[in-house]
Amino acid sequence: MAKKNEKNSNVNHVNSPPTGLQVIFREFMKDKLAMFSLVVLVAVIIGIFFWAYFMIDQQQLMRVSLRDKFAAPGDKFLLGADQGGKDIIGQIVVGAKNSMLIAISITLITGIFGILVGLLCGYFGGWIDNMFMRIIDFFITIPSLMLIIVFITVVPKYTVGAFILIMSLFLWTSTARLVRSKALSESRRDYVHASKTLGTNDFVIIVREILPNLSSIIIVEMTLNFAGNVGIETGLSYLGFGLPLSTPSLGTLVSNANNPLVLQQYWWVWLPASLFILFMMLGINYVGQALRRAADSRQRLG
Amino acid sequence: MWKTIVRRFLIMIPQLFVLSVIIFVLAKFMPGDPFTGLITPQTDPARIAELTEKAGLNDPVHMQYLRWMGNAFQGDFGLSYTYKRDVGALIGERALNTFWLSLLSVILLYALAIPLGILAGRYQNSRLDKTIVLYSFVTYAIPTFVLALVFLFLFGYQLRWFPTSGSVDIKTQVGTLGYYWDRFYHILLPSITYAILGTTGIIQYLRSEIIDAKSMDYVRTARSKGIPMRKVYSKHIFRNSLLPIAAFLGFTITGLLGGSIFIETIFGYPGMGQLFVSSISSRDYSVITALVMLFGFLALLGSLLSDIIMSIVDPRIRIE
Repeated sequence: MAKKNEKNSNVNHVNSPPTGLQVIFREFMKDKLAMFSLVVLVAVIIGIFFWAYFMIDQQQLMRVSLRDKFAAPGDKFLLGADQGGKDIIGQIVVGAKNSMLIAISITLITGIFGILVGLLCGYFGGWIDNMFMRIIDFFITIPSLMLIIVFITVVPKYTVGAFILIMSLFLWTSTARLVRSKALSESRRDYVHASKTLGTNDFVIIVREILPNLSSIIIVEMTLNFAGNVGIETGLSYLGFGLPLSTPSLGTLVSNANNPLVLQQYWWVWLPASLFILFMMLGINYVGQALRRAADSRQRLG
Repeated sequence: MWKTIVRRFLIMIPQLFVLSVIIFVLAKFMPGDPFTGLITPQTDPARIAELTEKAGLNDPVHMQYLRWMGNAFQGDFGLSYTYKRDVGALIGERALNTFWLSLLSVILLYALAIPLGILAGRYQNSRLDKTIVLYSFVTYAIPTFVLALVFLFLFGYQLRWFPTSGSVDIKTQVGTLGYYWDRFYHILLPSITYAILGTTGIIQYLRSEIIDAKSMDYVRTARSKGIPMRKVYSKHIFRNSLLPIAAFLGFTITGLLGGSIFIETIFGYPGMGQLFVSSISSRDYSVITALVMLFGFLALLGSLLSDIIMSIVDPRIRIE
């Protein structure tokens, strides 16, 4: 009897649909380009953090040396030097580290807040939902890029932390909207009704029962948001409204190209940073697309 | 129909009100006051006090807000500190430049996105479709300023196909055909850049719309009546799938305004986006507040436009 049970459970295991990580793994195995993006992305991120923290002395890096002004790529500087004779590749590494840290912070803050608001609105509905939806509608229609810039210039003590908070203030709405719509349809399902009938309290239903069912779309949304945040941060730094000038940033490096002379003759100052941003965005987005397919059974490749 | 529009319009009013309050509060936090630029170190303190009193800066805050809004409604945003000119006139000039740039961008955007979307949907899973999907994916991922800079470098400086900055060559005579051609020539590269970057949404929407339509009953009916597939596409499917695209127009306008900040700065085009960035750099606050208010108004108008077009083409979503 015991043996039979064991056999049964074995059969069940083989037949049960693949779940969670298995689906994601299969999706990445099917899509070689996504797998490649993921591997390269992880390697680059680890490499950059390792390089930035252990192999680069930031003060040494930001020291101005006029003798090396616009030094061409070569032996002394792998990718040349900028107007102040500062090593480009070192600035790219430190800049990429800063950009990623900021983008990760913003993604986490907006993610957590957005999920919270989305779950509350979707589950409870009523006046909470109405209030937040009006607020979200408002945020979506206003010119947020301009307001972020104005906020940045008005804040008296401008720091990286303030920058992250200002960005987060304007960027939580899309996650909240998505989570709300999913939570809304999820809370109409039978398992939620059943749970309510049994007397489970709302908090447990939301966190233990609805949230796990939304995890796949949340992962996708956060990945794509991460890419978007890298784009917005570098864009603002490019315009000069991002990181303080003393901190190397990918956007600041690209903004050297605002000088037509640099744009035309010293391509090594701005082009590598631009290409780095470009390939990073492509990589993150590609991984995000593969995750999105894995989350939606109709789009899966494998 | 009219009910929907009026109702949608009424929703817009509180949004505009909140936006104006936010901007007013931000303007209060900005250093400087309306007389910056009029006052020199030699100005008598009594005269400054008199000016402050006259401008109503000693009044309660809500009175100041009401007066500010009243003036804004009449198009009076004060004086620009850097340009020493009336802000309304300054922005009006720049707005026209941005309008032409946006118009060409929208035309190119639709001219590019609609055929690509239709082709991708019609020949689903073909090599052409895969290329178009890849294209829309890549353009979605590229940040605006990176592509704009690379284009400027490549087509402006290296290949010298396009002018690299400005809105018109000063040597051309105003009013001649050459003048208009030159203006067109100057906005061409920025518009192409914008059009390439903005296509993703429309392509993906059209593609999935057409793919869905293929399995619809009306298509099967048309086929079984003996209408050739080519005709079914041109007379039945496209007509149904293209209509909702019209509703993208409003959101395209909103997107264009945000994108204009980068595009105009990079291509040195004297429009509102560039004016905004340069005003921020020179702390020209009267211009900044006016621009944010205007952009906010236009963005709200854009989404209103989208909703109205949508309710015209699709009666199901009219609010009753």
